[in-house]
Amino acid sequence: MTDYACQRTPESRALVPPLPVAVFFALAAAMASLLWGAGPVGPLEAWQVLTGSGGDEARFVVMELRLPRMATAMATGLALAVAGALLQALTRNPLAEPGLLGVSGGSAFAVTLAILLGASSATMTTLVAQAGALAGCSLVMLATRSRGLAADPVRLVLAGATVTGLLLSLTSVMMLADQRAADEIRFWITGSIAGTSLADLVAVLPSMALAGVLVVIVASPLAALSLGERAAMGLGHRPGRIRALVVVSVALLVGGATALAGPLVFAGLVVPFIARALAGPDIRKTLRLCLPIGPGMILVADTLARVIGAPAELPLGVITAMLGAPVLLIIVRSGRIPTL
Amino acid sequence: MSQPHALPANDHSEQPGLAVQALSLAHGRHPVIDALDLELPPGKVTAIVGPNGCGKSTLLNGLARVHAPAGGAVLLDGRDIHTLPSREVARQLALLPQDNTAPEGLTVTDLIRFGRQPHQGFLRRWTEQDQAILDQALAAADLDDLADRPLDTLSGGQRQRAWIAMSIAQQTPLLLLDEPTSALDLGHQIEVFELIRQLAGQGKTIAMVVHDLVSACRYADHLVAMADGQILARGAPSDILDPALIHHLYGVHCDILQDPADGTPVLVNLRKSL
Repeated sequence: MTDYACQRTPESRALVPPLPVAVFFALAAAMASLLWGAGPVGPLEAWQVLTGSGGDEARFVVMELRLPRMATAMATGLALAVAGALLQALTRNPLAEPGLLGVSGGSAFAVTLAILLGASSATMTTLVAQAGALAGCSLVMLATRSRGLAADPVRLVLAGATVTGLLLSLTSVMMLADQRAADEIRFWITGSIAGTSLADLVAVLPSMALAGVLVVIVASPLAALSLGERAAMGLGHRPGRIRALVVVSVALLVGGATALAGPLVFAGLVVPFIARALAGPDIRKTLRLCLPIGPGMILVADTLARVIGAPAELPLGVITAMLGAPVLLIIVRSGRIPTL
Repeated sequence: MSQPHALPANDHSEQPGLAVQALSLAHGRHPVIDALDLELPPGKVTAIVGPNGCGKSTLLNGLARVHAPAGGAVLLDGRDIHTLPSREVARQLALLPQDNTAPEGLTVTDLIRFGRQPHQGFLRRWTEQDQAILDQALAAADLDDLADRPLDTLSGGQRQRAWIAMSIAQQTPLLLLDEPTSALDLGHQIEVFELIRQLAGQGKTIAMVVHDLVSACRYADHLVAMADGQILARGAPSDILDPALIHHLYGVHCDILQDPADGTPVLVNLRKSL
């Protein structure tokens, strides 16, 4: 292990810088999401639309359906990736993921409750989703405070799975109560960004921007916190304030993403995992890499969701779970879960 | 047995000093230190010694403002340390805690860079000056060849020197270390203590909690002996160390000789009962 670690650093320095590659990957994925879809408009026609020609129907599909969907996918992917990386750094647990820990579950539960009570406006849904995420996130932080859970990554995930399971069954019970709401919720609860409009996205953007500002402020102190609570204090930071800022950022991000796409599991696990493998242990570098990889990943997943079963569509949540579950298994089975 | 300690009159008098006045510290409701007064002699190495649970680490954490006082005050340059912005304190006072951790794969250079954080503004980037200070810190701790090595691949002594190098990069006149050599073997202990002496030689005021009394005598100018949250004795090791103090601190009997090489006190013939 020692020899391996010794060799790793010079090797990873010799490789192509990961950030430009990741940006290229995100741009390619964005292009693909415009070119391919479940409908009859093929890549060639879509390309014609993008270069200024093409028929009216193709124009409508690409500009009115696929473009907003691309933007939504990017925002969702970015939010979940950054939130996952933040949660993992804060809990020092590589398995901490908004979907697995019940943060998304809390968010979805809150939204279901709101829909059942008659809410429909996108702004309202965002706020409710963020409030639910904040509750879920606070629960996670309470759990990590209790001894044992913090030290054992797998037990934290078990606790999170329990909370998620409970919230999902409560959500199901609520759906039984109202058939009309149930159809609306059932589509959303598996995770999907089909049919989202730019208005939905616009409703989420202000809070995402606020989260972005908070993340910029908290990134360096959070990195210092990885040296230990007292070491961070010695460097002039306040751990309590760092935690509060991170929790609020995660709630804003996950709530926003959940409002847009439903509770997506695993997206916040896979992307930080890859980013960390490329960037090393510094959370600031990991976050920077999450910015392109997160959107790229969700774009790929959403494009696959449209293409695999065309002309029908798979829910996005199914694809992220299929991509994410193997990564979770790899981390858990690696025998030694790295400490962050 | 306790001697009043006089501040040595030397060139360091203009340095920011660290002192405590009537300081009380508690763990929850349990009082650990009650109304304690102490001043760190400037430009010297002070070792805080005492039996397990005597409150020496608590005192150090109190000095470093990471443990909030239940009463009294810690004075940095005459001002209450808890009224000063934490970042400003971090430019005057560096802390090497005992419970530090490093994420896997963090390199020596990565770690030392953190030492510049208190000097960096919100959006201020890494400057040439920061780089120069980082290089100096690497050289001072003799880590040039290990700069890009992950901490988890280093020996205990090398790792501890990397942490000290981080505090060097912090460029503070004051340095506090909590058991900097615990869990190190003899060779690594000496390597760390010699680095600490070297820093004191450059004018830093240093306080450290040391478990091993003999090392404390050898490497400290000033000894603070604590038991039960009280200071039993303070002064130069050769002045204050006698068999009665040892018995009071640790409940053991011993004879004290002088090291023929440098005159520091050495404990021999240690036994539980006479």
